[in-house]
Amino acid sequence: MSAYIVKRFLLMILTLIGMSIIIFVLLRLMPGNIADIMFDSAGFVDPEEKANIERELGLDQPIPVQYYEWIRGLIVWDLGFSYVSEMPVVDELQPRIPITAKLAALSLFFSVLFGLPLGVISAVRQNSAMDYILRCISLSGLSLPSFWLALLILMAFVQYAGTIPIYTDPPDNLWDELLLYSIPAAAVGFRSSALIMRLTRSSMLEVMRQDYIRTARSKGATDNSVNYHHALKNAVLPVTTIIGIEAAFLIGGLIITETVFNIPGVAHFLVEAILMRDYPIVQNLVMLIALVTVLINFLVDMLYAVLDPRIKYAD
Amino acid sequence: MAEIDHQAELSRAGANVSGHWSRLVFYMRQHPLGAIGAAIVVVFVLSALFADALAPRDPLHTSAPDSLKEPGAAFLMGADMMGRDVLSRIIHGARISLTVGVASILLGGVIGIVIGLMSGYLLGWFDLLMQRLIDIMQALPLLVLALVMAASLGPSLENTIIAISIPLVPNVARVVRSSTLSLREMPFVEAARAAGMSELRVAVRHVLPNTLAPLIVLFTAQLGSAILVEASLSFLGLGVPEPHPSWGRMLSESAAEYVRVAPWLVIFPGIAISLAVFGTNLFGDAVRDILDPRQRS
Repeated sequence: MSAYIVKRFLLMILTLIGMSIIIFVLLRLMPGNIADIMFDSAGFVDPEEKANIERELGLDQPIPVQYYEWIRGLIVWDLGFSYVSEMPVVDELQPRIPITAKLAALSLFFSVLFGLPLGVISAVRQNSAMDYILRCISLSGLSLPSFWLALLILMAFVQYAGTIPIYTDPPDNLWDELLLYSIPAAAVGFRSSALIMRLTRSSMLEVMRQDYIRTARSKGATDNSVNYHHALKNAVLPVTTIIGIEAAFLIGGLIITETVFNIPGVAHFLVEAILMRDYPIVQNLVMLIALVTVLINFLVDMLYAVLDPRIKYAD
Repeated sequence: MAEIDHQAELSRAGANVSGHWSRLVFYMRQHPLGAIGAAIVVVFVLSALFADALAPRDPLHTSAPDSLKEPGAAFLMGADMMGRDVLSRIIHGARISLTVGVASILLGGVIGIVIGLMSGYLLGWFDLLMQRLIDIMQALPLLVLALVMAASLGPSLENTIIAISIPLVPNVARVVRSSTLSLREMPFVEAARAAGMSELRVAVRHVLPNTLAPLIVLFTAQLGSAILVEASLSFLGLGVPEPHPSWGRMLSESAAEYVRVAPWLVIFPGIAISLAVFGTNLFGDAVRDILDPRQRS
């Protein structure tokens, strides 16, 4: 087991190094850099001045040197300065990370809260009207674009409350914060809850076909005892994997939702930075997202071994 | 003891099904939700194919006097801020969505098949390298990777397709690789090799066709998410550029300013995206049930 953990850990580092190279090269492939964008909006290009700015930002250096500088900075925790605001990247990201983290946690909470029980109900009452309705709802959850759902919610606010919630001001207390974040979290969580529900349903159905369930039934166990005590315990295993993966993938959904609701989190910030070719922000932020994703996958794997004693990571 | 109606049981199981039509009817009865999905997909494909004939107006024609016209006889779904007909733009948008969706799945599929087949067949260092590359690609959420790719390639129809196809590669490669690994040990593959076929021929003629069922399942499942990612990228301004009428961009253009005055600009493109994805998902579920009995729900 410990050898497996070490191996997984090393592979994780390798993945992150690979990711850093790919991100770095992709960003340098982008047509135009920050200097181009700055001079585009000015309408007049003084080549000398542009070269000055490029030199100042280190953009005139060969790409391997730029890459080396970045990685060296990562190791000594010097992430550089944003091209746009000229503030240290760390200071730019730090206040934004908790906002996105809270949103993601709340969305995940919603998605498990609704996804798991509804998936179980759908499986226990397979092919009933209830099952069909729940399956349609969950499929629509996978089909509605989260930004559209968010826009509809905003439209409803305009219609019925006359105003839209404002996210740029920090909320006064925890309750306000929870209330404010639960709206975008629900918009994002709907999709994840649909996914969790579908998986719970198929996993439950799979388990309910097994011999030990039949044994339990023939011994006279009640329906509830069989469904919730015997079946759900085993069915929930693959669901933990999906919950873990969703936790990382929620960031994707948040990009859109934060943009629509104008929430000052990291996901929205990533889009702005990409549009402005703000390399230091984009490359560090993407690495942060990759790190979180890889770490969560690692933790889910470990959790899986803890939850299911049949699984032993031998090599 | 209840009487068993053998004839009814047999026809319920599809014993009397022969010919294409009756098989289609049989599947439609077995999978009513899938049939609904298929119907939506057919409408979607038809409007993409015959957009020029179906659209009442030119989707690009602007007219200032019609700016933000409400839905009515002249404009069934209203007009946008430049006086363009929303219905016509939605019908033409189907073409963009379908083109980007299908093309990115095909492109990602071909790359994934080649990687998966070679990985599972050659093994060794090539497999190791490809597995690490796939790990790397899966270390980012699909939308984040597509976003960075789309931005670095620059906005155009072709680049949007590439940006969406690359994040789809890992899943395809994984599915093909794992089928190939089990297939290469099968007696019929050994027989083909013993008969003197070249490795390439064995791989393409004998191994590949047997990986198709799970692949078709995967492709139909991916079509919905490819359409969603296109809409999301275009919504963020990093997808299909003007003048193509993309559903995602129709939403982003209207989002901020016109939510109050022209809600139809938000409602109709959103319904179009949702219906198209909903239809392909329903259809994909049915295809999975038919082709992959182990996952049957």
